[in-house]
Amino acid sequence: MVNILFIEHDGNEHPVEVSTGGSVMQAAVTNGVPGIDADCGGSCSCATCHVYIKEEWLGKVGELSPTEEAMLSLSTDRKDNSRLSCQIPVTEELDGLVVTTPEFQF
Amino acid sequence: MSDVSSGQVPKQSKWSMVGKDPYSMSIEKIDLSHPGIWRANEFLPFMERLRAESPVHYCPESAVGPYWSIMKYKDIMEVDTSPHIYSSEPTIGIVDSFEEFTLPAFISMDPPKHDEQRRVVQDVVAPSNLKNLEGLIRQRVCTILDDLPIDEEFDWVERVSIELTTQMLATLFDFPFEDRSKLTRWSDAATAIPGGGVVSDQMERWEALQECFAYFIRLWNERVNEKPGNDLISMLAHGAATRNMPQEEYLGNVLLLIVGGNDTTRNSISGGVLALNENPAEYDKLRAKPVLIRNMVSEIIRWQTPLAYMRRTALVDTELGGKQIKAGDKVVMWYASGNRDDEVIERANEFLIDRPNARQHLSFGFGLHRCMGNRLAEMQLNIVWEEIMKRFHKVEVVGEPERVYSSFVKGYMTLPVKLQPLD
Repeated sequence: MVNILFIEHDGNEHPVEVSTGGSVMQAAVTNGVPGIDADCGGSCSCATCHVYIKEEWLGKVGELSPTEEAMLSLSTDRKDNSRLSCQIPVTEELDGLVVTTPEFQF
Repeated sequence: MSDVSSGQVPKQSKWSMVGKDPYSMSIEKIDLSHPGIWRANEFLPFMERLRAESPVHYCPESAVGPYWSIMKYKDIMEVDTSPHIYSSEPTIGIVDSFEEFTLPAFISMDPPKHDEQRRVVQDVVAPSNLKNLEGLIRQRVCTILDDLPIDEEFDWVERVSIELTTQMLATLFDFPFEDRSKLTRWSDAATAIPGGGVVSDQMERWEALQECFAYFIRLWNERVNEKPGNDLISMLAHGAATRNMPQEEYLGNVLLLIVGGNDTTRNSISGGVLALNENPAEYDKLRAKPVLIRNMVSEIIRWQTPLAYMRRTALVDTELGGKQIKAGDKVVMWYASGNRDDEVIERANEFLIDRPNARQHLSFGFGLHRCMGNRLAEMQLNIVWEEIMKRFHKVEVVGEPERVYSSFVKGYMTLPVKLQPLD
């Protein structure tokens, strides 16, 4: 099992434990973590599962595809550590991952 | 060409399918582009047959030429998220010659220009900015609702849906409030088919747009000499990426925002009233549990699908659903059909305010061109329904609505209602 900590913009913490295979977005949605809409269901085409990755994990969550980059660029709250959580597969390596959710999904 | 360019709506165009049985006509004759079945509210069974028998459907002959219809949710997703195959240029309307779409606007641009132009204006409808507008919107909604007559028939479209969306637009543009009905007129004229009830001919339509352009050029000239403000025109006039934009680009984008922020939300506000009246058990659910409003708003937007389609143009030869699409072909994604596709959406023809996954609908489109104002639209609808439920037992539909003569703007000209107060 993999532990992921979601922190809302106001500091509320939501620790979840999930098996590998799904995405970080699915880990949030299936565990009722607020602040992630995932309107398109995980196909990188709506940018409503936007999260910020804690610095030390940036090297482990993989690279952005051009599509993810394009969708993220539509978000006004984009930062250097922004990712779409549907594009990050949950692997053993991510055990302990910490991500923050933005105040709004665009 | 048929009625689109002749300036008059004939009694029964040769292209019209009104009154025809969708299952007895030859399938290649099914042509969803003709506005007749949309005004007559007869489009559902035609879409249903195409989804079942010809989900990627070629219509070889129509008033707007040959085109493909994409009917299923997943195929629409594929087209919408493949801008390198399916271009938004030169236009997203089914008719090539509508002159307002020849004005450059980012809705009908591909990357990278689309991305650059959209970035400049999207901040004004970003959720962080909307938060500041919520109080003002609520105040205006309350004033509109408090002024309505009780137990007396009136037109919901005119008194509520149009009034609210127009006030909202005027706020975003910091448009002179006393002139705000002009925004409605220009928006309606921009998408109108001559003879369809809004303008009688192309000349009248063009005059309305010219008036719109002159007005917005004047506003730009005023704002550019004032201190930068938070309204959209000031943002464009002072923004580093836009202050030197060609005038036609400015006007194209202004017109896009007028139409995008007007027709769509207006028709969802009306559509929700109609949907609840047609489904009284859902109205009961809402009265028992007003906390469902947020979910209901997504369901209303799916059920209404205020823009029935978006059009793309194939850039290369490609294949979809086993059909060969050629470079240059018109490809029409029928969101109104994908939103009724029960392979993806359970009980898709039913209006269910507590539907799970209600946000997963096609009405905002997906991919780079996804509706920029989606959060503003949802916020307006949320507030409208919260305030309606505080005041009225029922907004009762007391007559048939009159629908828009368009296969693009799916909405209502009138919706006669009577208000029943809370006990």
